[in-house]
Amino acid sequence: MGPALKLVVQRVALGLLLLLLVSALIFAGTNMLPGDVAQSILGQSATPEALANLRRDLGLNEPALTRYFNWLAGALQGDLGTALTNGQDIAQAISHRMKNTLFLAFWAAVIAVPLAIFLGLVAVRFRDRWPDKLISAATLASISVPEFLLGYLIMYFIAVKLRWFPSVAMINDSMSLGEKLSAIAMPVMVLTLVVLAHMMRMTRAAILNVMQSPYIETADLKGLNRFQVIFRHAFPNSIAPIVNVVMLNLAYLVVGVVVIEVVFTYPGMGQYLVDHVSKRDVPVVQACGLIFAAVYIGLNMLADIVSILTNPRLRHPK
Amino acid sequence: MSMRIPFAAAVGLSITAIYFIVALFAPLIAPYGMAEVVGDVWEPSSAAHWLGTDNIGRDLLTRLIYGGRTTIFIATAATVLSFTTGAILGFLAAVLGGWADQLMSRAIDLLMSIPTLIFALVVLSVMPVTVPMLILVMGLLDSTRVYRLARAVAVDINVMDYVEAAKLRGEGRVWIIFREILPNALSPLIAEMGMRFIFMVLFVSTLSFLGLGVQPPAADWGGIVKENKDGIVYGIPAALLPAVAIATLAISVNLVADWVLNRTTSLKGGRG
Repeated sequence: MGPALKLVVQRVALGLLLLLLVSALIFAGTNMLPGDVAQSILGQSATPEALANLRRDLGLNEPALTRYFNWLAGALQGDLGTALTNGQDIAQAISHRMKNTLFLAFWAAVIAVPLAIFLGLVAVRFRDRWPDKLISAATLASISVPEFLLGYLIMYFIAVKLRWFPSVAMINDSMSLGEKLSAIAMPVMVLTLVVLAHMMRMTRAAILNVMQSPYIETADLKGLNRFQVIFRHAFPNSIAPIVNVVMLNLAYLVVGVVVIEVVFTYPGMGQYLVDHVSKRDVPVVQACGLIFAAVYIGLNMLADIVSILTNPRLRHPK
Repeated sequence: MSMRIPFAAAVGLSITAIYFIVALFAPLIAPYGMAEVVGDVWEPSSAAHWLGTDNIGRDLLTRLIYGGRTTIFIATAATVLSFTTGAILGFLAAVLGGWADQLMSRAIDLLMSIPTLIFALVVLSVMPVTVPMLILVMGLLDSTRVYRLARAVAVDINVMDYVEAAKLRGEGRVWIIFREILPNALSPLIAEMGMRFIFMVLFVSTLSFLGLGVQPPAADWGGIVKENKDGIVYGIPAALLPAVAIATLAISVNLVADWVLNRTTSLKGGRG
């Protein structure tokens, strides 16, 4: 087994272990004092009998460890339990919303990734001149405002003042792709801005790092122009760090999506999670939390695997 | 080395100071009472109400001033909690080394593998949403990042000759941590403190916006957005005002943090 393959297998095993521990952490987090699920469903005025009945129905009288393993076994088979507030099957509700969320995140990534890499390259090419400074100032401004406010700023100026797009992003299955895209145009714009700043800064740093290598100086000295040096010599060697940056930012996107869905009342997982946190619907929160964490851990794992695979020192062992 | 403050840092420092002073003396500065209804719904700006009124007719300037007080207070308290916990645990891990370091570091890795916002939402779904609880949750979740920085800095310091000398003198671990490592780790930690503070401001605003942070009628910047967001579609920009407040505070603190960081790196460069 080559060293690269061995590292990848190790990383996947670590990811799975991490996921198991995270599931335990989420379960423990929702079973901490002083919240009692039965009490919070029925309210303060509930009779002791009603409380006892509900506790039995929910299996709250079982020891926590048993409940954890029951929950985990169910989750692995795709059974996430039923929501406390309306008795709906959680897996069913989530699968529909997850499709919407992935649709939104996909288009945000499709636009943000090439744009960030291009702007990063421009910033390096014009390093310390006005394009670089302009890009830096814009990114500083965009990370100084919380995502939800960026959403409202864009909604105010583009949907309300200019009337280019609708201010709520409602989508359903009967819409054509074009209609869907126009509906999600604004949330995609906001998400793009949110990840663009981080991705661009990190791309710029990654390429600048490569630019300090001696072979770049050689390329300079043999008379290539700046763009040729960057595209032909610096860029290929910074692909690995850039892919890493992209993966890390897609993980970041997963979190950004939660808030943006609420802003544009988009029917996705994020809104579902936030709604049920305020209703204190613990099974839904556990399920959503687990899925968000799994996606986040998965993307971080992919980022590491990509950097292992693209490391030539590991591909050609001595 | 001279102590002249560069222009950008001076601007950042004064704006940050103004925000803190306004937060501290909010009841003296605000023109009206915090939750006092003084006019019609969403009145435009006038001599009586400089920024107009909000969704139930409260003075917006007053709400913003009190909101800043709440937001800045929570963010400051959470930052302090995050730094004390993170720095002490990080230094301890560096000084102890061995399995204690391994155990703490892996536990922190585990906590950091869940997005902070998601973890906060999971915890807040069973906990009562009160100000002390918010500070506790935000501070402890964020201390993971401080831990990593503090540990990394302290590992470097721990092998310095003067720490070795202190160990040979027979000083205890408490002395090593607070008298040898802490003073030398302070500059990078202070620069990081600025970034963490901004993150806390954004974090508490996001939680309040989602309805899981500061509860009405108390004002805070995220809550003001939530209260006035329905006006946006009618072209009423009341909900956007906290954006200005948050952005100017964040950029000012950033400028100060940049200056502290540059100062310390040039210090290091000077001493070799």
